[in-house]
Amino acid sequence: MAYRTHLMVCTGTACVSCGSFKIKELLEEEIKKQGLDDEILVVGTGCQGFCAQGPIVVVQPDDIFYQLLSPEDIPYLVEEHFLKGRPVKKMMYTPPGEKTHIPTVNEIGFFNKQRLIALRNKGLIDAEKIDDYIGRDGYNALIKILTAMTPEDIINEIQKSGLRGRGGGGFPTGIKWEICKKSEEFPKYIICNADEGDPGAYMDRSIVESDPHAVIEGMLIGARAIGAEQGYVYIRTEYPLAISRLEIAIEQAREYGLLGEDILGKGFNFDLEIKQGAGAFVCGEETSLIHSIEGISPEPSQRPPFPAESGLWGQPTNINNVETWANVPRIILRGADWFSSIGTEKSKGTKVFSLVGKINNTGLVEVPMGITLREIIYDIGGGVPNGKKFKGVQIGGPSGGVVPASLIDLPVDYEKLTEVGSMMGSGGMVVVDEDTCMVDLSRYFLEFTSDESCGKCTSCREGSSAMLEVLTRITEGHGKEGDIEFLEELGYAIKDASQCGLGQTLPNPVLSTIKNFRHEYEAHIKDKKCPAHVCKALIDFHIDADKCVGCTVCAIKCPVKAISGNRKEVHIIDQSECIKCGICKTVCKFDAVTVE
Amino acid sequence: MPKLNIQDLEEIRKKVRKAALLREGISNAKITVHMGTCGIAAGARTIMNTLIKIVEESGRDDVIVTTSGCAGFCSREPMATIELKGETPVKYSDLTKEKIIKIFEEHVLNGKIVEEYALALGSEREP
Repeated sequence: MAYRTHLMVCTGTACVSCGSFKIKELLEEEIKKQGLDDEILVVGTGCQGFCAQGPIVVVQPDDIFYQLLSPEDIPYLVEEHFLKGRPVKKMMYTPPGEKTHIPTVNEIGFFNKQRLIALRNKGLIDAEKIDDYIGRDGYNALIKILTAMTPEDIINEIQKSGLRGRGGGGFPTGIKWEICKKSEEFPKYIICNADEGDPGAYMDRSIVESDPHAVIEGMLIGARAIGAEQGYVYIRTEYPLAISRLEIAIEQAREYGLLGEDILGKGFNFDLEIKQGAGAFVCGEETSLIHSIEGISPEPSQRPPFPAESGLWGQPTNINNVETWANVPRIILRGADWFSSIGTEKSKGTKVFSLVGKINNTGLVEVPMGITLREIIYDIGGGVPNGKKFKGVQIGGPSGGVVPASLIDLPVDYEKLTEVGSMMGSGGMVVVDEDTCMVDLSRYFLEFTSDESCGKCTSCREGSSAMLEVLTRITEGHGKEGDIEFLEELGYAIKDASQCGLGQTLPNPVLSTIKNFRHEYEAHIKDKKCPAHVCKALIDFHIDADKCVGCTVCAIKCPVKAISGNRKEVHIIDQSECIKCGICKTVCKFDAVTVE
Repeated sequence: MPKLNIQDLEEIRKKVRKAALLREGISNAKITVHMGTCGIAAGARTIMNTLIKIVEESGRDDVIVTTSGCAGFCSREPMATIELKGETPVKYSDLTKEKIIKIFEEHVLNGKIVEEYALALGSEREP
């Protein structure tokens, strides 16, 4: 059947939670009702990236972008656009602060500055149909390595491309493969690390949800290069949609003989198995992950020996992250020279970031290495909402650090981020504005890491709790002289004394905020003030006598009845009763409630 | 499903190529059928259905068929605009099934404008 139009409905996790399955169902129903079901095909795709605007439908070939759809919109949309050919303006995207809508994907700033390698199939294929993947050059790289390349050629190509691990460490992928290939021990294993654990990060989940075959094909290529016949995808059980799409993809690849024995009749054997993890942060660390697959307690082990020499069940094992694997087929197909022409001197290709926090265009973006933070935050991200001031961006999750606003023109690559005390990490970008308290933000990350520490090393286990205790004390208004210096000293000690990446990086959010926002820590400790008005112990609400008209709304809404005053008279907040919930400030129409 | 060899895989790719190209918006020819209420009343649906059929039969995977609203010249509906890559769009009016087949064969497949059915060259633009 030939369809004239394809409706690409985003069914990534974010859009699904906004009701996109319902939208898809209604579209199919309405299209059938209008008798258009033999001309218009409705396709469910993986995450299209612009999560803030979900549910999303893109109309192809016209490239028209519909967003924030609700079930009530669908009958009108189908009749107007698909029956009568009149695209519906009011369902199109309008950038914040502007009045004119933008009809097509290509014209939207969020999309047109991106450069897609790992996410090249996003929004263009149905992740549950292997044929869709094949139609977009899928498994072409597999054909190439089985017919025209030796394992050495593959490794050379990957090395030449300059691809580095996208999971956080940034280790050169080709070198990792070569070490594993050199080992004479058999069997060898390869693993895909899909245990994405950073709060606010969902790059890997989206890649698996939108293009699972790219990961499978990447692993097939890696397996051929190092000589492995068995692979595992270690994925957290909190990713049900990703797991189900991956299961379907593996099943389809087996049916086509792209996994299993004698693949494509070329005498190459390889099969894949999914291992679900329970979502412990430490399992993202490769030796812990291996222990988890082996069925023992996921504590990290001393390296060396590295997994490439002695990994899963003591055998040579190569682990790469989801995004790294998804890059591999494109490098093989388009060549190392093409890949290495993108990016900076030491960081090649692109990186996927999840752009979250105080940003207009929340979503998933893939950008060339070397792009500036300004381009990511303003051109793609659309800036900070509600006219607030941009304060910085936390990159690399609980292991990373904050890059302050003064460094907004920093080119983003592995080296530059490390230089300024942050790190690439897996690619979480949390944007913070003037209303974010940096001490509170550090406390949040420390709470996370001290909770997730496996407890093996004293430095990490006890050190994180001690840091958390001091940070909590500071935010509660009991900070003392010497706390900052103590946090710094302890932070560096934890980095030095911990065995795995979790402990070695957990002080980073604290150290980087002390470095860049020391005055905020000092304000909390010395002046007992929270400049961002976040820490409740350090703020008071007052009613401005000049502005209060005595409307009584705040007194009525106050949950603890801490506000008194007669109608048409100035109201007063009883500080001993006030719980600092901020409701009075929100409900006051006269802007009379102030925070100090 | 038996296991595939390389040739089988290439066959599948060929089969699904059209869908992939359509989603990428890659085309050498774009046919727009004007589907306002007037167009539909005058028989634009027949034109659309015929086009979908003949495009498929032609085996061409680089031809896009799409719709737009009323072209504003209701008395001459059904109408269609044909735009070959890099060339000026041509509007055809008073279409019938037979006319659109002829236009497709001569203009889309062979690049020769069917002058007897053509209403105008070019598309109206915002000033």
